Amino acid sequence: MTILLYLVPIALALGGAGLAAFLWSLRSGQYDDLDGAALRILQDDDIAGNE
Amino acid sequence: MATLADLSGFVRQTGDGGAEIDFAVQGVTCAACIGKIEQTVSAMRGAPSARLNYTTRRLRVAWRDEHFAPADVAGALAPLGYRVQPFALAVVESEDLIYGRRLMRCLAVAGFATMNVMLLSVSIWAGAASYIDPSTRDLFHWISALIALPAAAFAGQPFFSSAFNALRSRRLNMDVPISVGIWLALGMSVVETIRHGERAYFDSSLMLIFFLLVGRALDHTMRQRIRGVVSNLASLRAPKACRVLPDGSLIDVPVSALHPGDVVLVRPGEHLPVDGAIAIGESEIDDSIITGETGRRAVAPGAEVYAGSLNFSGALSVTVRAAGSATLLDEIERLLEAASAAKSRYVRLADRVARLYAPVVHLAALSTAIGWLIAGADWRVALETAIAVLIITCPCALALAVPAVSVVTGGALLRAGVLLRNGDAVERLAEVDTVVFDKTGTLTLPEPHIANRGEIAEDLIRPAARLALSSRHPLARSLAAEAAGQAPFDNVREETGHGVSALIDGEDARLGSAAFAGVEDEQSTTTLSRIAFRHGARSAMFEVRQVLRADAADCVAALKRAGLSIELLSGDSAGAVAEVANALAINNAQGGLKPADKVARLEKLRAEGRKVLMVGDGLNDAPALASATVSISPASAADLTQTVADAIFLGDRLASVCAAITASRMARQLMRENLGLAVAYNLLAVPMAMAGHVTPLVAAIAMSTSSMLVTANALRARHAANLDWPRHKAKSLTPRGAAIFPAGAAA
Repeated sequence: MTILLYLVPIALALGGAGLAAFLWSLRSGQYDDLDGAALRILQDDDIAGNE
Repeated sequence: MATLADLSGFVRQTGDGGAEIDFAVQGVTCAACIGKIEQTVSAMRGAPSARLNYTTRRLRVAWRDEHFAPADVAGALAPLGYRVQPFALAVVESEDLIYGRRLMRCLAVAGFATMNVMLLSVSIWAGAASYIDPSTRDLFHWISALIALPAAAFAGQPFFSSAFNALRSRRLNMDVPISVGIWLALGMSVVETIRHGERAYFDSSLMLIFFLLVGRALDHTMRQRIRGVVSNLASLRAPKACRVLPDGSLIDVPVSALHPGDVVLVRPGEHLPVDGAIAIGESEIDDSIITGETGRRAVAPGAEVYAGSLNFSGALSVTVRAAGSATLLDEIERLLEAASAAKSRYVRLADRVARLYAPVVHLAALSTAIGWLIAGADWRVALETAIAVLIITCPCALALAVPAVSVVTGGALLRAGVLLRNGDAVERLAEVDTVVFDKTGTLTLPEPHIANRGEIAEDLIRPAARLALSSRHPLARSLAAEAAGQAPFDNVREETGHGVSALIDGEDARLGSAAFAGVEDEQSTTTLSRIAFRHGARSAMFEVRQVLRADAADCVAALKRAGLSIELLSGDSAGAVAEVANALAINNAQGGLKPADKVARLEKLRAEGRKVLMVGDGLNDAPALASATVSISPASAADLTQTVADAIFLGDRLASVCAAITASRMARQLMRENLGLAVAYNLLAVPMAMAGHVTPLVAAIAMSTSSMLVTANALRARHAANLDWPRHKAKSLTPRGAAIFPAGAAA
């Protein structure tokens, strides 16, 4: 069962990375405008010559 | 005349040499609006960066170049059909934002910890069924403890602090048994782990925190959305004034930046922004929003005028006496204070249950321990069983039962255009048995309309309406509303206080007072306001009056069918009130009431044991709204009145009032069902726990099942609010069906 000594920390580290990523996205304001994000993806203002 | 706008109060320095400002935007309806608004603003001088938040309908403009003039943003967006107003986040709302983020962080931590601990717990449960090495189980328990203890200490803070505050003020709320349960479960689990025992409840306590945080975060998000819509409304209704500087130049300033002694200019057709005395100018003003009386008052220099009145005919210079929050009649302010104190007596359903629940649960645990000791058990077994009782009764389902329903109901009503400003408004609305209406602006539309449209030839209405577009007179606006997409005439002359004239098809056309238009006014003594129109040889007389909201009669009838008694209390003259009461078949109608009389009538109803819903919009209704059991205002109501009301409805339809009552009644029914479910769960689980049969697996299953059950039941409230009128059903106010506002349109 010594394999657990590797697997459990790896599982925790992966979960912790997910948590850190979520906290970062929260802090950087990605959840401030949920409706707008859904609509902005349809805009083509990033295509050259379209502005 | 062009005025400079002073937005300095709204501009924030960002620290790195730049500045930014927020605007509330009206008219955003689709995805294309985002690009149009942002590109238009970005193309302005000084190349600012613009970002529109589609959810909150707010635009943030940031710039570094000093050539950028934030005041020009409104002008740049106006041709595209968007109205913008500078917007400053209220203190309450920014605190809300911070609290919301904190809740989300707690939720993330609790979710992470729950998932990982559950992973370990499932292995332990599987091991209990087959075989697990005791040392491996101990290792898993220790890892669980290492995750659970810090996670619970962090993520449980919203509950612990609320429980602590309640205990300090010698009250009991639902967070007290929750906090006690969480810490007892964690403490006992640690002791079990040290003793190499089998029963550790790390998973249950974390799951409890996670579920409760989900409920709280949803509740908070809903409240924040509603508050955002309300504060956008408030800022779009433009608390701005045109200040006259000592050198005679004009500058637009926010009302909050005015000081007593300043002079402001009020043009015809504008609302007075402040309380004050007239310095220069003569005019007629309509103060129906303050007194509830329709009809105009002639004012001259020296006369006292109040904020919210509408200036009709002449430009006025007003010396400010009180501005901002002080702009109120003393009488109304005094009444308001007294009335608000009365309302705070209401105790929410959840708190009433908590008061009963916490002592019962703690007594049950105590009697379990005593029972086991008497039966001859070891004190350690007795204590363990008692703690198991506390863990299993930890009010997860109970704490979700009421908030889940009010979140879903709040969302359904938001889509139907009803904004619930207070969390417990749903509970109080459901109890209502009497509805008291105000007349002006509530049963009638806030803007006057043409009453005799049918009697006038269509080819006279069209040029008259088109000519009215050029007039600033408030009465002309009701006629201009008939113009339906026509552009104004080019060469229009306006004679302030008399009317407008233009050449149409080579013939002189005049719109205004009877004398100005040269039309004979056969009825000079009437309560109606009249606009005369002459085009060449032909003439017409438009009658302008308050008209009932289109569905006022339907609404009153539906409320009556539902068994509510209806009253009409108005500050307007008895004759005008009787006319409306007859049209709507309201038997109890009183006119000529002062604000204090309305409050007195409501107090009398309260003394009779009635639960009153007050629907009103005027400043004179504010005390009555505050003293009623619950209150609703239209979005067109005076600022102060909206602040006092428990709910605000958007749009012109009174159906919203009925929808709010129906939805609230359904919500109360669901809340009771949910509380019943939670009690049933406890009746099953507590005897098991008392008998000592509750294992960690049983606790985890029982607690999550009961929470999901009440949440699923609460979701039934999402179709509770709609605005279609019933024709057949006798009992219900409105039938099931689609809401007239699509999602999001309310904002």
